[in-house]
Amino acid sequence: MNKGTAILEQTAKELRRQIITMIYQAQSGHPGGSLSSSDLVTCLYFNEMNIDPRDPQKKERDRFILSKGHCCPVLYAALAMKGFFPLKTLSTLRNLESILQGHPDMRKVPGIDMTTGSLGQGLSIGTGMALGLKYDKNPARVFVLIGDGETDEGQIWEAAATASKYKLNNLIAMIDANGLQNDGPCEQVMPKHSHEEKWKAFGWRVITVDGHSISDILRGLQVIRNSSGSKPACIVARTVKGKYISFMENNPQWHGKAPNEEEYQAAMEELK
Amino acid sequence: MNTITVAPPKKTATREAFGDTLSFLGKETDNLFVIDCDIGKSTKTGKFSTSFPERYINVGIAEQNAAGIAAGLAAQGKIPVISTYAVFGSMRMLEQIRTSVCYPNLHVILACSNAGLTSGSDGVTHQAIEDMGIYRTIPNMTVIMPSDYYSAVALIKKAIHLPGPVYIRLTRDPIPVIYNGQDHFDIGLGKQIKEGSDLTIVTIGDMLSHALQAAKILSECNIDAEVIDIQTLKPLDSALILSSLKKTKKIITVEDHNIIGGLGSAVCELSANLGLGQVFRLGLQDTFAESGPYDKLLQKYELDSSAIVKKAKEITGK
Repeated sequence: MNKGTAILEQTAKELRRQIITMIYQAQSGHPGGSLSSSDLVTCLYFNEMNIDPRDPQKKERDRFILSKGHCCPVLYAALAMKGFFPLKTLSTLRNLESILQGHPDMRKVPGIDMTTGSLGQGLSIGTGMALGLKYDKNPARVFVLIGDGETDEGQIWEAAATASKYKLNNLIAMIDANGLQNDGPCEQVMPKHSHEEKWKAFGWRVITVDGHSISDILRGLQVIRNSSGSKPACIVARTVKGKYISFMENNPQWHGKAPNEEEYQAAMEELK
Repeated sequence: MNTITVAPPKKTATREAFGDTLSFLGKETDNLFVIDCDIGKSTKTGKFSTSFPERYINVGIAEQNAAGIAAGLAAQGKIPVISTYAVFGSMRMLEQIRTSVCYPNLHVILACSNAGLTSGSDGVTHQAIEDMGIYRTIPNMTVIMPSDYYSAVALIKKAIHLPGPVYIRLTRDPIPVIYNGQDHFDIGLGKQIKEGSDLTIVTIGDMLSHALQAAKILSECNIDAEVIDIQTLKPLDSALILSSLKKTKKIITVEDHNIIGGLGSAVCELSANLGLGQVFRLGLQDTFAESGPYDKLLQKYELDSSAIVKKAKEITGK
C-alpha cells in the first residue's frame, strides 16, 4: 500500500464518521447507501476530480452527479471536508433553513452540480452536461454515481444509449453495486443478471472494481483516465450496503433509517 | 428585428413559426441546442438540424431522457429547446421537468406541438387537453400559448431570454394569421384586441380567431363583447383581466383544453380572489374528445364561434 492510499483510507474513515454523525443528529437519512459509496466518493473528491472549493463554479471543474440523491450524506461530508462549506453545517442536515436538504439542491449548496433525488435521472443529466462540455471543447469530465437498484429505472438505459451514440468519452458512470435496494436484494426485486454485459452491450467501456478497495478504485479510475477511444465508461463497483458497521452491513433495514443513541455509539466505536 | 422575410399563408400552424424561429435563433444564439424525440419532421426542427447539426440532438423515442439531457445542457449554460408533442411533453416527461428543470429553475424551453384538438384525427392519445393545467401547477414554470404565427415567432424569441423554464404550446393545424410582423408581444402581457362593455371573452391560443368571429356576430345582435388574447397563462396578466372584469362583470374563457386546470380555472381564481364577476368556461367539458378533423371537433365539442355566441347570449340575456 502506498502512502497516498493510506491517507485516502483515513479520509474515507473520517467521511464515514461524518455520515453517521449527521444522520444520527438529524434522526433521518440514508446510511446504507452512503456507506457503500463512501470509498468511491473519497477517491473521486480527494484524488481524481479536478475541483476547487475556493471556486466551486470554475469552468474546467469535473462535474459530479449523485444520481442516487438519497445518499447525499456521503456527498455533503465530502464537500464539507474539502472546504466547500463549514463542517459544522453538517449538523443541520434536513433541518428547516438548512442548505443541506434531504436530497441535494444545486441552488443551495456550493459544490453541488445538480439537484437530484428522483431516481433514474442523473445519467441523462450527465449526458447533457457531457454534450455541453464537448461542444465547448472543455476537457472537464462528468462522473455520475448510480445505485444498482436505481438501474431499474428505464431512463438510465435511455441515457446509456444516448451517451454511446454521441461518443461521450468524457462521461463516467459509477454503479454502486451493493446488491440491495429498498425492498430487499436487487436480484429479487428486479434482477439485472449482469451489469457488465448490459453496459457493454450499450457500447460502454466497462471496468469492475472492488468498491471498498481504495487501490482498486484508483486503478479503475486511472485505466479510464489513460484510455483513448470514444466510448463512455462505466465502473461497476462491487460494494456492501452499510459497509464498515457490522450491524448495518448487508441489512436492507438500514437503507433509510437513523441510528438511535446506542446504535450511534456502537457505530462510532467501529469507525475508530 | 423582423426575421420573417416571406409572409406565411393566411392560415399557418404555429409549429411552422417554431421551425422558422429556431433556424433564425440558431444563427443568432450559438449556445442554443435542440433536443428532438424522433418527431422532428412533424415538429419542424428540420431546418435547424440541417443548419446546426452539432447542436441538434435526437434522443429517439425517449422523452424522459430528453428532459434530463436538457437539464444537463442548461446547467452548462446552454439554452436547450426540447421539441415534442404536448401529450408527451406534459405527461411522459413531467416529473423529469418538474424535478430536474423547474426545481433548480434551469432555463429549458419545452416547445410542444399538437396542442389540444389540433391533433384532430390522431385521436385522444395525441390530443393534449391537460398540459397547460399541469404545468401551471409547477413553481418557476412559465406557460405560453401563442395565438398565431407572428405571436408565436415573437414569444419564442422572448422565451429564449427568460431566466427559467418555459412551456410553449403550439398547434399542428393551420390557424388564421391575425397579427403582423410589427406587432409587439411580451411574456406575461395579454392583448386587448377589441373593446366592449357587455362581456369579456378571454382566449388563449388557437381560440382567438373564433372569439373575434363571435364578437363580430354578437355586435350584430347588439352585444358588445370585449376580446382579450391572453397568450401567457402563467404568469397571468391579472391587471388586464381585472380591469375588464370590473367593467363587464362577465367573462367567458375559451381554450382548446379541458376546462379544469387551464385558462378557465386561472381566471376563476382571479375572480374569486377579488369577489367580483362571473366566469363561464368554454373548453372540453372534462371529457376526452375523439378522432376527427380539427374544425369538426371544435364544432362538436362547442369550442367554435357559434358556441361562444350561444354562451354570450345566454349570460347577457340578450
